[in-house]
Amino acid sequence: MPDSSSTPKNYLGVPVKRPKVAFFELSSCEGCQLQMLNNESSLLAFLDLVEIVRFREAMSGGGDDYEIALVEGSVTRSDEVERLKIIRAQARLLVALGSCACFGGVNQLKNRFPLDWVKREVYGEHPIDTAPARPLSDFVAVDLKIYGCPVKKEEVERIVTDLVIGKDIAYPDYPVCMECKANGNLCLFELGEPCLGPVTRAGCDAWCPNSRAGCWGCRGPATDANLAQMLAIMDERGFSRETVIDRLECFGGFASQVAALRAAGGHR
Amino acid sequence: MIFKVIDREELGRLFALLAPLGRVIGPVEIARDRRGEHRHGFAEVADFEALCLDYGTTALPAKAYVLPYRERLAAFRLGGQDWEKVPGPDQERPLIFFGLHACDINAFNKLDKVLLGGAYPVPGYAARRREMFVVGSDCQPRPACFCRSMGADTARHGFDLFLTDLGGSYFVEILSSAAFNLVRKIAARDPEEDDHRRYRRRVAEKNTRFTTQVDTTDLTKILDLEFQSEVWQQWGARCLSCGTCANVCPTCYCYTVSEQAGLDLQSARKIKTLYSCNLVDFAAVAGGHNFRPTSHARLKYRYYHKHRGFVEAYEEPLCVGCGRCGESCLAGITVPEVIASVRGGES
Repeated sequence: MPDSSSTPKNYLGVPVKRPKVAFFELSSCEGCQLQMLNNESSLLAFLDLVEIVRFREAMSGGGDDYEIALVEGSVTRSDEVERLKIIRAQARLLVALGSCACFGGVNQLKNRFPLDWVKREVYGEHPIDTAPARPLSDFVAVDLKIYGCPVKKEEVERIVTDLVIGKDIAYPDYPVCMECKANGNLCLFELGEPCLGPVTRAGCDAWCPNSRAGCWGCRGPATDANLAQMLAIMDERGFSRETVIDRLECFGGFASQVAALRAAGGHR
Repeated sequence: MIFKVIDREELGRLFALLAPLGRVIGPVEIARDRRGEHRHGFAEVADFEALCLDYGTTALPAKAYVLPYRERLAAFRLGGQDWEKVPGPDQERPLIFFGLHACDINAFNKLDKVLLGGAYPVPGYAARRREMFVVGSDCQPRPACFCRSMGADTARHGFDLFLTDLGGSYFVEILSSAAFNLVRKIAARDPEEDDHRRYRRRVAEKNTRFTTQVDTTDLTKILDLEFQSEVWQQWGARCLSCGTCANVCPTCYCYTVSEQAGLDLQSARKIKTLYSCNLVDFAAVAGGHNFRPTSHARLKYRYYHKHRGFVEAYEEPLCVGCGRCGESCLAGITVPEVIASVRGGES
């Protein structure tokens, strides 16, 4: 393979800068970064598009000279806050990568319980410093969010390509149902399964419903999602409010809606 | 029209004659739903035995085979300051629909008016549609069906041959020379008076089974009058803006186009995706203004397009009354109920 770093890039004759990109992980499973390494057929093109200076799942070492920081994970410790602030100071563009970074993700489920109990339950006699799980945007300005648990590799590649050529980044405003129907699926409600597809932002290509698993809302609410009607549909089909709230709060994207439901005494 | 009668066993021979000529698409069982009912969908069928001609309505329409949800409109190779268009995929095999109901045949006829009838026929659709061979089949109305109210319960054209089940044999209407030549290769006889009687009885019996009606009397005018009706707000409050009604609709054709550069920056694609007027950004324009920011305005637009604007342009609604949208709508928004509510007390 030729030394791509020395090959000047251009798009339609317009010179394009090959940005330096670093991957970081706070509290997370690092599964979003792993997605980027899956499907190796597009990996070389991705590595050619950007210059990766830090990616611990894929390379040893790592530099701190980067323009784009892709940060996975939620913030649960004070040292992570400090790390995040340093990343923010260095990065021209800070991207929250995946549901943990965008909403707190699965990690924020612990926020439902008293912190002391959580520490005891998880760490027993060896407690560590841990705080409620928060999204990146609670601490620093986030320039771009890439949703999903995990992120969809194709979507990350599309977004990064658009960043490199200076195109506006667009997300679907519509819910998962659009992609689900386009894939020819029979509605999971018809099969007796609950699904948050009607209120969850699309972009995942209906990943879970394609495998006959109902949506858990990992990408957060679609624009103007009609949650009241979603609750009515769940009620009508015999899914308890508890079942629905469990789903809605699994990834943290519906935090404000869940808070409103609890405040209204919706948690039966 | 030429009429023939064939024995049930001849249908398999008809299938075998058609199969080598293209991709046979027909109704197959896809699932048992939560009520234990058999659900059907269109799929490519290699084995005649897999066909379920005795089906109700498929969950999704047949349109995706002719008007795909996602379609590459163009691909480009970029080099230096120049670019060139990459030729499209090789010619596709002709589509052979085996077992389309009258509503779905009429849906294609309506799509033709828009996608073929204008000054600029839609290339992909035109190519597939013109190569299509259609074997229609009769049906038994289900509770959600209101095709009769939409004038779409009978197919007058848009098929090559049409089968009506007479019990043990089929009454066959032949509309094209291709179908005529095909039927010559199987055992078919001319209908006799007894076949006519059985056919008339079958049609009459079917007509007693329609339980849902939509009153379309002066509907374009009533919709015009009731633009400010508060019922739109009530339906809009329920609408999920999820686009399912458009995706399951056999006549919805609205779309969006996006452009995407390849990861290597040496290629680009233009992708057409079927869209829905109920989606929140359907009427959003450059500069950020959204002409229909509320769900009730969007839902109303859908009804005005299908039951007012299209009727004024083409003398028929952009709806075949298949009932798929109402059955698929999780919020329970159905065409008969919406139109009845707009008509209010007078109907």
